[in-house]
Amino acid sequence: MIEIRGLKKAFGPRVALDGVVLDIEAGERVLLVGPNGAGKTTLLRILATLSRPTGGAVRVWGHDVTRADVAIRRMIGFLSHESLLYDDLTARQNLRFYARMYGMDKPDARIASLLSAVGLERRADDLVREFSRGMQQRLAVARAVLHAPKLLLLDEPYTGLDVAAADALTVLLQTLTQVGCTLLMTTHYPAQEGHLAQRVIVMRRGRVLDDGPLGELTTLDARYRAILARPAPVSPPPAALAAVDWRGKEL
Amino acid sequence: MLRQIGAIVAKDLAAELHTREIVSAMLVFATMAILIFSFALDLRGASGRAAAPGVLWTTIAFSGTLGLSRSLAREQQNGGLSGLLLAVEERSVIFFGKAAGSFVLMLLVVVVLLPLGSVLLNVNLLRPDIAGVMVLGTVGYAAVGTLLAAIAVNTRAREVMLPILALPVLVPLLIAAVQATAGLLEGMVPVDSWIRMLVVYDLVMIAVGVVTFEYVVEG
Repeated sequence: MIEIRGLKKAFGPRVALDGVVLDIEAGERVLLVGPNGAGKTTLLRILATLSRPTGGAVRVWGHDVTRADVAIRRMIGFLSHESLLYDDLTARQNLRFYARMYGMDKPDARIASLLSAVGLERRADDLVREFSRGMQQRLAVARAVLHAPKLLLLDEPYTGLDVAAADALTVLLQTLTQVGCTLLMTTHYPAQEGHLAQRVIVMRRGRVLDDGPLGELTTLDARYRAILARPAPVSPPPAALAAVDWRGKEL
Repeated sequence: MLRQIGAIVAKDLAAELHTREIVSAMLVFATMAILIFSFALDLRGASGRAAAPGVLWTTIAFSGTLGLSRSLAREQQNGGLSGLLLAVEERSVIFFGKAAGSFVLMLLVVVVLLPLGSVLLNVNLLRPDIAGVMVLGTVGYAAVGTLLAAIAVNTRAREVMLPILALPVLVPLLIAAVQATAGLLEGMVPVDSWIRMLVVYDLVMIAVGVVTFEYVVEG
């Protein structure tokens, strides 16, 4: 479903992604981990069609993301570091606006159910600027899943959430993954936030260091630290990068 | 596409209803400017008729920059622009939506400015032909202003950058609008060529906005 081949992204002289090769199947739940500056957010933004790659190829459902086809964008739900919400609108007005933008007919029931799921039904008609950081994050989650996307790109979704809100988010994400939604989520705390994932990808300095099944959550942090402690890999030639998938199999 | 443009306009107006920060800033500026002009210049009789178009359009031009800058800044807050980019069918929808929202807000200022100008500048501005020129001028202003505000909003000194970027581009529009308004106030002076220039300017700037806005917002 997602095919990434030799993906590169540079911001001037700074290289954010350096020849990333990945395949993610439909319905997979993938955790993307790595230290600050690893390129996780850049990768998500490219998949969300919000940033153009400098090199390589990225296909989602067979479509080139650089063409930013509306059909692809409608299938993507994106939660970024920023809430993508309007401070001067109420929670309900924000969701109604996005529902109209996504062409949803009669979205009020869906909006009410999502506001309830994220615990904001009593604050639905309050301005977002009056919300705490955690409440804004909960509303941002509701916005990201409003149009029932098939691919959910979540950049540190648990940031700013208290325990109850984190549990509510987990339930919401579980519901979405049960109906086949593909999940690609970044985190700095894989052991605490990785319970929904099946697979973990470790990135550092724009490269994929490790890619494999989730395994035991209790040992995940130690494994993650051990992977990061490895010496940085030397970039293989681009032709070799493009010729193998994440399992090392020839394409 | 029209539904999405309507949604953006409705969202901007709803946000403005909650804050009233754009319209109130533009109205206060416009009122003060026209008041100062009316006291600073001798606007009785023929001199008032001669000065009125310039005073009116100068006031609209400067008060407009206040509103346009704030309108795009609202999209920058919390990454709202990324949300729009993800949701729109065509990225030109954002241009049309933001320009239409700004046009409505500027028109509100013009609606207040015309009767006020009539009293303070001693000329009758409450005429359909003058209103038509106002609409044509405001359309072009909103188109140029939206495009350039999208560029300026990414700079550190965005409030200063917008007038610096916009006013040179707006010179042809302002000349045509002032000449058309003056011609209509004087009477007997043909204004067709100035009206045509306004229409052409509007169409060209809307076309430029549609073609380039995608690249501007993607950075």
